[in-house]
Amino acid sequence: MGPLSSAIGVVALIVLAALAGASEPGRVVLGLVIPYAALATFLAGICYRLVQWALAPVPFRIPTTCGQQKSLPWIKSARLDNPSTGLGAVGRMALEVLLFRSLFRNNQAELYERRFVFGDSKYLWLGALAFHWSLLIVLLRHLRLPVEPVPQFVLALNAVDGFFQIGAPVLYLSNLIVLGALVYLLLRRWRDPQLRYISQFSDYFAPLLLLGIAVSGMLMRYGAGADVVAVKRFAIGLATFQPVLPEGLGLLFWIHLLLVSALAACFPFSKLMHMGGVFLSPTRNLANNSRIKRHINPWNYPVKTHTYAEWEHEFHDKIKAAGIPLDEEQKNG
Amino acid sequence: MRDRVLIFAGLSLFLALVTYPVWQGLAARSSTAGPVLPATAAGQKCVAPRDVMRVAHMEMLMSWRDLKVRENQRTYTAADGTVYTIDLTATCLTQCHGPKEKFCDSCHAYAGVPAVNCWSCHTSPPAAPNPGELR
Repeated sequence: MGPLSSAIGVVALIVLAALAGASEPGRVVLGLVIPYAALATFLAGICYRLVQWALAPVPFRIPTTCGQQKSLPWIKSARLDNPSTGLGAVGRMALEVLLFRSLFRNNQAELYERRFVFGDSKYLWLGALAFHWSLLIVLLRHLRLPVEPVPQFVLALNAVDGFFQIGAPVLYLSNLIVLGALVYLLLRRWRDPQLRYISQFSDYFAPLLLLGIAVSGMLMRYGAGADVVAVKRFAIGLATFQPVLPEGLGLLFWIHLLLVSALAACFPFSKLMHMGGVFLSPTRNLANNSRIKRHINPWNYPVKTHTYAEWEHEFHDKIKAAGIPLDEEQKNG
Repeated sequence: MRDRVLIFAGLSLFLALVTYPVWQGLAARSSTAGPVLPATAAGQKCVAPRDVMRVAHMEMLMSWRDLKVRENQRTYTAADGTVYTIDLTATCLTQCHGPKEKFCDSCHAYAGVPAVNCWSCHTSPPAAPNPGELR
């Protein structure tokens, strides 16, 4: 049901945008009401989720250990896969956030000529890396629209991304990569029976929404075209709270904008929050120094205890009378 | 507790980066007016309607290049039957729109598309066309 219902959801959004974009009041809702509402939901939701996570107590060190722990000086320890210092934990997080270290460790088991074999499987890592990095580049490239004058680094990024100068408007390589990676990741989820079994609505909805966004954006750039000056005037109006609805914003633009708004609005309440969550994973961001430093649970209440010494002292005479040796006397004597 | 300081610092940094277009636009007092193009020469008519040219001028220029350089076809017949000489500098700019610095670049710089490769071959006319000059 997941793939079908999420596809229906995305198509419904597209139809909604196409219908609303055809009328003036619809354009006001699509262009002014929904983007502001979606962005407010996005920012407030992310703050809410992160504050909730920040307030959750993490009294102990619970990192997943992916290598040799630091012990004796002559045993080589894995400083990045099992860090014992804060700096090592920063390095581990950098590997995780920038290069998806844990996906790189992905492996796969299968029957091969009636033998059970177990080996590396880097395709998930490669697909995820290609998708996330090109999505970041695409996002940064969009800064040419709401910012005037266009920042230098965005121009440089555009120049590198369109290095091969194929056609006009110039083909951006990140567009091809993001599209290819999304299609691969979706097909992978859909074709692999085990993966499909554990996939739910939201696992298909977000990639399909992103696919809709990518395709509508690419159609605007390479297909039907868009009046970029009108789009930029609209974007600046949105960013600086002086909203305008210029002539020349086509149907594709409204579809693109509604899909992006939907993605932004559902972002804080979906698995997409892994963007913030990856930084706050206690199994990744803590140094494994439990054997170097004692971590005391800060909300430990004072426990009422009755030690053996106290008990012995209390029954001193009876123990003595029974002829049982006393710790007290052995220590003293 | 020390971690919470880090988390909230990171969150603030994220919010500052995400809202960059907002505070940059407010600080720079960006206007939604868009670029102002120089008036075209009087009495001239473009090869295609303004809406079409705004969205698809690059495709038209590419097809003009292919027609002229690769297929040796030196004229273009517009939708209304008018025949134009295919020439970016002599036809489009000299007769109507003026130098590229004032016409092309104003929108291209605005939209962040500065690196078009028209000008490795073509030159820009030095001055704006006289109003009412014949095509």
